[in-house]
Amino acid sequence: MSELSPFLIYFAAALAAACVRGLPRQLLLLATPVAAGLYLWLGLTPGTDVTYTLMNYELTVLRTDKLSLLFGYLFCIASFFAGIFSLHVKDTKQHVAGMMYAGSALGAVFSGDLITLFIFWELLAISSVFLIWARGTERALRAGMRYLVYQVLSGVLLLAGALVYHHNTGSLAFDHIGLDAGIAGWLIFIAFGIKCAFPFLHSWLTDGYPEATVTGTVFLSAFTTKVAVYALARGFAGEEIMVYIGVTMACFPIFYAVIENDLRKVLAYSLINQVGFMVTGIGIGTALALNGAVAHAFSDVIFKGLLFMSMGAVLYRTGNINGSDLGGLYKSMPKTTLLCIIGALSISAFPLFSGFVSKSMVMTALMQENHGYFWLLMLFASAGVFHHAGIKIPYFAFFHHDSGIRTEEAPRNMLIAMGVAAALCIFIGSQPQYLYALLPWEVEYWPYDLTHVLAQTQLLFFSALAFVWLNKQGLYPPELRSVNLDAEWFYRRLVPAGAQHTLALLRRMKETMLKTLTAHMQSVKNEFGKSPMATYHLSESWPTGSMVFWISAILAAFLLLDISGLGR
Amino acid sequence: MSEGQEKIHFFDRPANVERLLKGFYAICILLALGDFVAHRHIGFDWERIPAFYALYGFVACVLLVLIAKQMRKILMRGEDYYGDKSGNE
Repeated sequence: MSELSPFLIYFAAALAAACVRGLPRQLLLLATPVAAGLYLWLGLTPGTDVTYTLMNYELTVLRTDKLSLLFGYLFCIASFFAGIFSLHVKDTKQHVAGMMYAGSALGAVFSGDLITLFIFWELLAISSVFLIWARGTERALRAGMRYLVYQVLSGVLLLAGALVYHHNTGSLAFDHIGLDAGIAGWLIFIAFGIKCAFPFLHSWLTDGYPEATVTGTVFLSAFTTKVAVYALARGFAGEEIMVYIGVTMACFPIFYAVIENDLRKVLAYSLINQVGFMVTGIGIGTALALNGAVAHAFSDVIFKGLLFMSMGAVLYRTGNINGSDLGGLYKSMPKTTLLCIIGALSISAFPLFSGFVSKSMVMTALMQENHGYFWLLMLFASAGVFHHAGIKIPYFAFFHHDSGIRTEEAPRNMLIAMGVAAALCIFIGSQPQYLYALLPWEVEYWPYDLTHVLAQTQLLFFSALAFVWLNKQGLYPPELRSVNLDAEWFYRRLVPAGAQHTLALLRRMKETMLKTLTAHMQSVKNEFGKSPMATYHLSESWPTGSMVFWISAILAAFLLLDISGLGR
Repeated sequence: MSEGQEKIHFFDRPANVERLLKGFYAICILLALGDFVAHRHIGFDWERIPAFYALYGFVACVLLVLIAKQMRKILMRGEDYYGDKSGNE
């Protein structure tokens, strides 16, 4: 049994990566996730607790059980392929930020109390924003700032919630919290909800992720939302409100994804949609649903990473990621095309691919709990996923009309990274027993039976048929260079416009008031000028100097009177 | 840009696209017929409708796209709406 918390491996590696260049740094990028993964697999057993006492607070920096270990393995895998994908990058700050970010995610899932969780929660925010800023554009800089504001707000709410929770219960332990914990429960719930991209709190994700660097988005897509999913599964399992939130999250982004032009933004919307399935599973709260939620987080990190990597490769090679400008790239990037299609099949939950074995658990749980209408909505969302992520992404980037862009195949390191992720998608999808063995709750489930496979294949093939039909009829909306209004409109447009409007109003009010006042004064003066008083000697305008002179004269007279004793 | 003598790729030939689509339609028909041959477990009553999943998938996606198209009328703005045009060159 060991006392070393795995985040330390990453933090040490980040420090080392800041000091070396070239091959040693590349080796570090590859070795760190492998070392951390092996350590988790071999060195840690469920049930380890490492606690420190700091200023009367008991802080648990390492708490291992099947739930935290599952996310631990997942984050090691994600940082492994994201590391390979970014091997060609020379920018030191991106590598350091990536390592710190992955380490913070590990720190967060292994923390056993709310204060430790808060510290890693904020480290996640601070380390990840550099992956957006590293893009170097003015636009990325501003998007990063807005992203950071949201993330820090989430941290502040978490800290406030933790303190109220400690005040009320005398405990800081991060176990089931529940909304019954009153204001503390709600504060922590909203803090988790922001990082989990709940509806109306989601715009940092769709705003920030598409602005990050080619490799940064791969890191971003893996960690923040999944740490939040973990935190919700740990703290709020079975809260019914999450079923409503999750279904909303699964449904509304697919409409945006259909009309969005930036293909990485399409993937960002699709990320919210997938997290919706996880949140729903956590809300249902049965063993099968919770297993489904965390299993889906596991497969999602891998297939969403694969999709972001393939779009990253396109952006890297062509300098463009707008659906309106791409097309026909299968001619120059056939391997990337194939790997992207594997990611697309996985996210769409085709049988034998990873999405199928995890999403079907949530769907079955909805059915078992008799949530008929939610089940229909989620089925709609499943069909929608295939439509926007499964078909739209590969179709508009690699096929569609020939854009005339001729480029090279993605660099070898990118192909290897995508290959690793694709192999995992197929492995998990076709051999789900290995993933199921890692799941925290005890429940028997097997996805491959005739009913499931037939139903899912029908759903997907006829969704594809709808795409073909709409295209043939010319009904499919063309990709247009545009911005679609979303929740960010409130703070990017309404609030600034409102503030400007208010300022302008105040300025006008000040001017009118001054004008009326001066006019009034003038008229009083004029009136006075007409009166007989105006001719009186003292009412003429005198220089200030003469007034000072006369006041001094009067004071001097008083002084003289006082000295001579006449005033008493 | 293309250099005159560029290789003709698979989907450059309309016949290939046609062939692919025909195969796809055939699979769709077989899948829909599968419902009448195979026996599915039923969880909800609406699953008893023949080819329920096929119909639902098709209708859902058509609705999704048509509604999204209408959303464009309300939500779509110019690329420079927020005053920071896309970073893509």
